[in-house]
Amino acid sequence: MNALSRGQSWLLHGGLLLVALVFPLVFPSSFMVNFGVLALFYAFIGQSWNIAGGFAGQLSFGHVVFFGAGAYASTILQMQYGLNAWWGLPASAVAGAVVGWVIGVLSFRAGLKGSYFALITLAFAETMRILANSVEITGGGMGMLIPAKPSVDNLQFAERIGFYYLILALTVASIAIAVWLKHSRFGAQLAAIRENEDSARALGINIFAEKVKVMMLSGAMAGLGGCFFAQYFLYIDPSIVFGVDKSVEMLLVSMIGGAGTVYGPLVGAVLLAGIGDVTRTLFDAQGLSLVLYGTLLVVIIAFLPNGLIDLFKRLWFWRNPTTAAAKVKATKAGVESKEGA
Amino acid sequence: MLRVQGLTKIFGGLRAVDNANVEVPEGRIVALIGPNGAGKTTLFACIAGFHQANAGQVTLMGKDITGLPVHEIARLGMVRTFQITQPFAKLSVHENIAVGAYQKYPDRRHAWEHARQVAEQVGMSSLLEQPASDLTVAGRKRLELARTLATGPKLLLLDEVMAGLNPSEIVDIIEVIQKIRASGVTVLLIEHVMQAVMSLSEHIYVLSYGKIIAEGAPREVVNNPAVIEAYLGRGAAEQAHPTDAASAETSHA
Repeated sequence: MNALSRGQSWLLHGGLLLVALVFPLVFPSSFMVNFGVLALFYAFIGQSWNIAGGFAGQLSFGHVVFFGAGAYASTILQMQYGLNAWWGLPASAVAGAVVGWVIGVLSFRAGLKGSYFALITLAFAETMRILANSVEITGGGMGMLIPAKPSVDNLQFAERIGFYYLILALTVASIAIAVWLKHSRFGAQLAAIRENEDSARALGINIFAEKVKVMMLSGAMAGLGGCFFAQYFLYIDPSIVFGVDKSVEMLLVSMIGGAGTVYGPLVGAVLLAGIGDVTRTLFDAQGLSLVLYGTLLVVIIAFLPNGLIDLFKRLWFWRNPTTAAAKVKATKAGVESKEGA
Repeated sequence: MLRVQGLTKIFGGLRAVDNANVEVPEGRIVALIGPNGAGKTTLFACIAGFHQANAGQVTLMGKDITGLPVHEIARLGMVRTFQITQPFAKLSVHENIAVGAYQKYPDRRHAWEHARQVAEQVGMSSLLEQPASDLTVAGRKRLELARTLATGPKLLLLDEVMAGLNPSEIVDIIEVIQKIRASGVTVLLIEHVMQAVMSLSEHIYVLSYGKIIAEGAPREVVNNPAVIEAYLGRGAAEQAHPTDAASAETSHA
């Protein structure tokens, strides 16, 4: 099932981690570090979408609801209750998981699947946006400004590189979760649910419980993303952290990179952050990057429905004729024995 | 092992299953046959918990399982296959079977090893790395069987695992089912392929228009006039066995 041997796999993981670790040291400019932070940030929240949407097949259009819950939970605790900002990290994860539990229980109890589930999550996100707009504790439509007091104690780093390593740690953890899902019972059950719910039930999988669990896991991750976002930009308002844009971005990086794959969101996020920065630097056209994202998505869905990761896999086989030959041989053997059966 | 009493399932105005009584003793292969649309699959779905029966009781190993969710029934050891195969299409054969095996062995190493053994048992060892979507009909039927078998069931409900197979494939799968029984698993199967039913089962129930119209040993059942009529239409029994049909007719009237 894996094209890479164990050794090659470790080499790939280790190499990637090394590149990510030294990146801000090699390119210390604020521009480049900012690029790295955003790429990793999108990779992280994209992975959170990917775990529910790609691994478990629960396509959500309103994933921002968890993101926003995390952003508000951490910011409200800090601003209204005076808690240290670091508490925001666990608090946002808990908030995201709780929202995931509520949405999961309500929609899966009602038997919502596929596009119906996608629509209900969108509805939840919009409801939360309006709610955050109208109650006092969130600062309403004015949003909340976190005063800049750069200090590690405040989860605000004087240098961007601090944020870079924080989001790198989160992203590495998210990738570790994805790798674990690929190799665990929980992940296998999620894949079964994604492929065929009736078969999964028939084999003894409690599909309701598993789906609620994955929504909580995914929600907790998106919530952490929200907390990071608030601390990095020091400002949140309902249309930013509960807006449709973020939902679309989360799903876009996964789909472009490859939904249901471990590295899909990272590949998609690096590409999207790159396109965003390049177009902003070279052209003075607002929203040009969005046009490019859209075009890219159409091209990917038409020619690489399994995402860019699939392209890398094909290139790998093309460059390694021995492995490719082995695969062809295995396929042929399979065909023969099928005919023999 | 399994006892179904007075099971009734109504869809709108249709009594799909009407007061059915079925008993499957431990260690046996019992067959459920009947013409198309007789309600066999519906009866299966009610037994396995996919449909809620309108009346009746299902008891598995002395435990009342009527109305339990599908996954709980499966965990008690009664697992079904689907007539229209439902593979996890994007997963490989090994991964498909492993999903079943994980229900028996939570840790990866045991589950994957167990899945490999089950694949060998049903003759799919050479196909382990194939995506399930690439399999032939025969391959998919075997995969259904392998996946359910990997959960370590005590009772297997097989819904037409031979439909669509060619004669040599049927011979193969009959052998597989016999091996499964020999390993201590009780089997209840729905089947149209009479060759298989006759050679496999020790006891047959015949369902027609939702009712059990006959039961007994295979030889008895296929000569039963009521069964012949159910399949071939009224009057067919007399043409087939002109002498004994008349007396049977009166006893069934």
